[in-house]
Amino acid sequence: MEIKKTAIAGTLESSDIQLMISQADSGIAIDLQSDVKKVFGDQIEAVITTTLNEMGVTAAKVKAVDKGALDCVIKARTIAAVQRAAETTATPAWEVL
Amino acid sequence: MAENEERLRRTMMFVPGNNPAMVKDAGIYGADSIMFDLEDSVSLPEKDAARLLVYEALQTQDYGTAEMVVRVNGQDTPFYDNDVKAMVKAGIDVIRLPKAESPEMVEKLDADIAAAEKEFGREAGSTHLMAAIESAKGVLRAADIAAASDRMIGIALSAEDYTTDMKTHRYPDGRELEFARNMVLHAARAAGVAAFDTVFTNMDDTEGFYRETEYIHQLGFDGKSLVNPRQIPMVNKVYEPTEAEIKNARNVINAIQEAKLKGSGVISMNGQMVDRPVVLRAQRVMKLAKASNLVDEEGNYLEK
Repeated sequence: MEIKKTAIAGTLESSDIQLMISQADSGIAIDLQSDVKKVFGDQIEAVITTTLNEMGVTAAKVKAVDKGALDCVIKARTIAAVQRAAETTATPAWEVL
Repeated sequence: MAENEERLRRTMMFVPGNNPAMVKDAGIYGADSIMFDLEDSVSLPEKDAARLLVYEALQTQDYGTAEMVVRVNGQDTPFYDNDVKAMVKAGIDVIRLPKAESPEMVEKLDADIAAAEKEFGREAGSTHLMAAIESAKGVLRAADIAAASDRMIGIALSAEDYTTDMKTHRYPDGRELEFARNMVLHAARAAGVAAFDTVFTNMDDTEGFYRETEYIHQLGFDGKSLVNPRQIPMVNKVYEPTEAEIKNARNVINAIQEAKLKGSGVISMNGQMVDRPVVLRAQRVMKLAKASNLVDEEGNYLEK
């Protein structure tokens, strides 16, 4: 899936994560801010990366601000951000859910 | 009418669908039904995000034995189709249709659910539905709406929209809702489905909340929609049977068992005939008593 524009999903409220996805030339680059980065940083980035892979995103810049989100929230916000960035919100990728 | 008529539905707790903290914790309060909302509590630009959040939460979170309900966006919105598809794929128990005004709307939802069950390989008929009555039109057609689908588990009165439609607003004594409450309740009973009363939003008025809950309990509603988990123990308390009711119910049930053993068709207890409505009421009392932790496994009353 191609990132066509910069898009945001999620909020800065407790238990949420806010993701901003924008275009990149190649590869996935994640910039993560989280109070629990030392312990859960790798896990959070892994959920984002796996979800991006499943959606066929090969090139993107991701800025993530985590407020203690569970994996299911991270996945949901990543899918929302990608669909907004790829302008496919109206035709969700059912197979990725 | 869906087959699970005897399920307890005292409390249906509303949970805003785009709030991860509330979606995550929804299971810990002991609500009989949890209703994730994709409609009025979610702003237009966040409809897609809320749908995804509820979907992913349903895949991974443990909500115990609660019946899981999702209120989708209305059929006149561009979000409805994807809401229904996503929730059927997620394996939700019940889809709640807002602003139901005709049986045709329920039939459309039934057909859309059936198509989604087929598309995503869900068992046909496994997704139930319910309808919210929120207007004069809906109230007048409540009976047809309640009987419009085999998937139907219940109908609910939604008083905020209804009172606006009626050119009034909500009063503390609830007299403006008298007709609608009785219509919804009768429609539900005639169709053999559950009846849910509307939310009570003034959290500071505990006395008013008890008064309203006792009133709808007396009318015969299965339970109430709630916006705050603090109201769950309050509703359960109103629905809790008394010690005398429990002991009487237990005697009725014992009398039936005894009669069955003897092969006797007619059951009498303390010289009075026990007929079907008495038995049904006794069974419901015992179910409520179990849910309120007032009896042990055998149905013996536990002193408080």
